[in-house]
Amino acid sequence: MGREVSESCVDSLLTEIVSTYCNGFYANKPELAARRIEAIGYQVGHQLSERYTMERPRFSDHLEAIKFICKDFWSELFKKQIDNLKTNHRGTFVLQDNRFRWLARMSVDPSSENSSSPQDPSTMAENKAAQAVGMHLYFPCGIIRGALSNLGIPCAVSADISNLPACDRNNITKRNFDPCLVAPLTAHCELS
Amino acid sequence: MAPVAPRSGDAIFASVERVNAELFTLTYGAIVRQLLTDLEEVEEVNKQLDQMGYNIGIRLIDEFLAKSNVSRCVDFKETAEVIAKVGFKMFLGVTASVTNWDADGMSCSLILEDNPLVDFVELPDTCQGLYYCNILSGVIRGALEMVSMKTEVTWVRDMLRGDDAFELQVKLLKQVSEEYPYKDDEYSEV
Repeated sequence: MGREVSESCVDSLLTEIVSTYCNGFYANKPELAARRIEAIGYQVGHQLSERYTMERPRFSDHLEAIKFICKDFWSELFKKQIDNLKTNHRGTFVLQDNRFRWLARMSVDPSSENSSSPQDPSTMAENKAAQAVGMHLYFPCGIIRGALSNLGIPCAVSADISNLPACDRNNITKRNFDPCLVAPLTAHCELS
Repeated sequence: MAPVAPRSGDAIFASVERVNAELFTLTYGAIVRQLLTDLEEVEEVNKQLDQMGYNIGIRLIDEFLAKSNVSRCVDFKETAEVIAKVGFKMFLGVTASVTNWDADGMSCSLILEDNPLVDFVELPDTCQGLYYCNILSGVIRGALEMVSMKTEVTWVRDMLRGDDAFELQVKLLKQVSEEYPYKDDEYSEV
C-alpha cells in the first residue's frame, strides 16, 4: 500500500469544490457549475487511470476496460469493487456501487420520504436536496469518464439520483444509534 | 499540572479512515488547475485557495478536537507543537517541525519537508506568484480562529519555488478571550 491521507482530506476537498462552484462562482448557473465540477473529476480520472494501467497489457476490448474500472480502479479509490455491472449490449453500461463512500455521509431529511403529493412543500425540499446531492455526483462521473477516455473509450457518463441516500431504518439498533446510510451510486456510461 | 497533550499523531492517524493519497493529491491539483483556468489571475487563485482552506479549517477543528484527545494548550508554543506533531500527522500523515520563534513567543515557523499536496507537481513559468499550497495556510487560520486565536499565516519558503522546504509563518495576532454568558458569582449553591 502506498502513501495514505485521512479520508477527511478528500471529503473536505469535495465539499469545497461543490460549494465553491455552486454557491460562489456560478450560484445561479447550476449547469455551468456542474460542467466545472465534472471537468475536475475528468482530470483526476484521466491521470489515475494512466497510473494504474502503467504495467498492464492493452485491453483487448471495451468490456475488458470497463471491468478494469469496476474492479481494480474502483478498489484503488474506494477499497471495494463496483457491486453490479450491466449492459444493454448496445453501448450502454450501468455501474452500481451499493454503498458509495462519498454519498454515505450525506443525509436528506427522512421525513420528506413519506410525502408523495407534488405540491407538498416537503417534496420541494426533497427536490432541492436532490439537486444538492446531484452536484456531488458530477465529480465521480467525471472520474469515470476521464478514466475511460484515457483508455481510448470516449463516452458520456451520467449518474442516477433517484436513489438518494436514505436512512435504512432496519439498521438502527440501540447499540448502533448512528443511522446506517445506504448510499447507492448508479452510473450510466454511454459509449460514443 | 495539566494533562500532557499527545506528542505525536501516529496512533490517531493509524486509527482514522484513510484513503489513497494519489486521489487526494491529484484532486487538489485538478482544483488548482481549474481555478487557474476560471480565475485567470494567479493572485485570485491564491485568495480562493486560502478561502477554501479557511472553510475546511473551521470544520476540521471539530474532528481534530474530537479524535485527538488534546486538552487546552497552555500557550501558543504548545499550540504550534500540537499542530505540527498531531494535526499534520492526523490528516496528512506527515509531521512538521516548529522553529524560528520570535522573542515574545507570538510568531513561529512550521517547517514541512514532506508534503503530499505536491507529489507529482511542477509549476510552469506562467504560474509564478502562485502559492500552490495556499489551502494549508487557510486551514490553519480557520482552525485556530475556532479556538479563539486570530492568526496570520504566510509562506516563507516553498519547494515548488526552489526552496529546500515548505515554511509557513504563523503569527498570533489576537487571542480572543472566551466570554461566558454568565458570571460564576451570580450563582449560589442551593
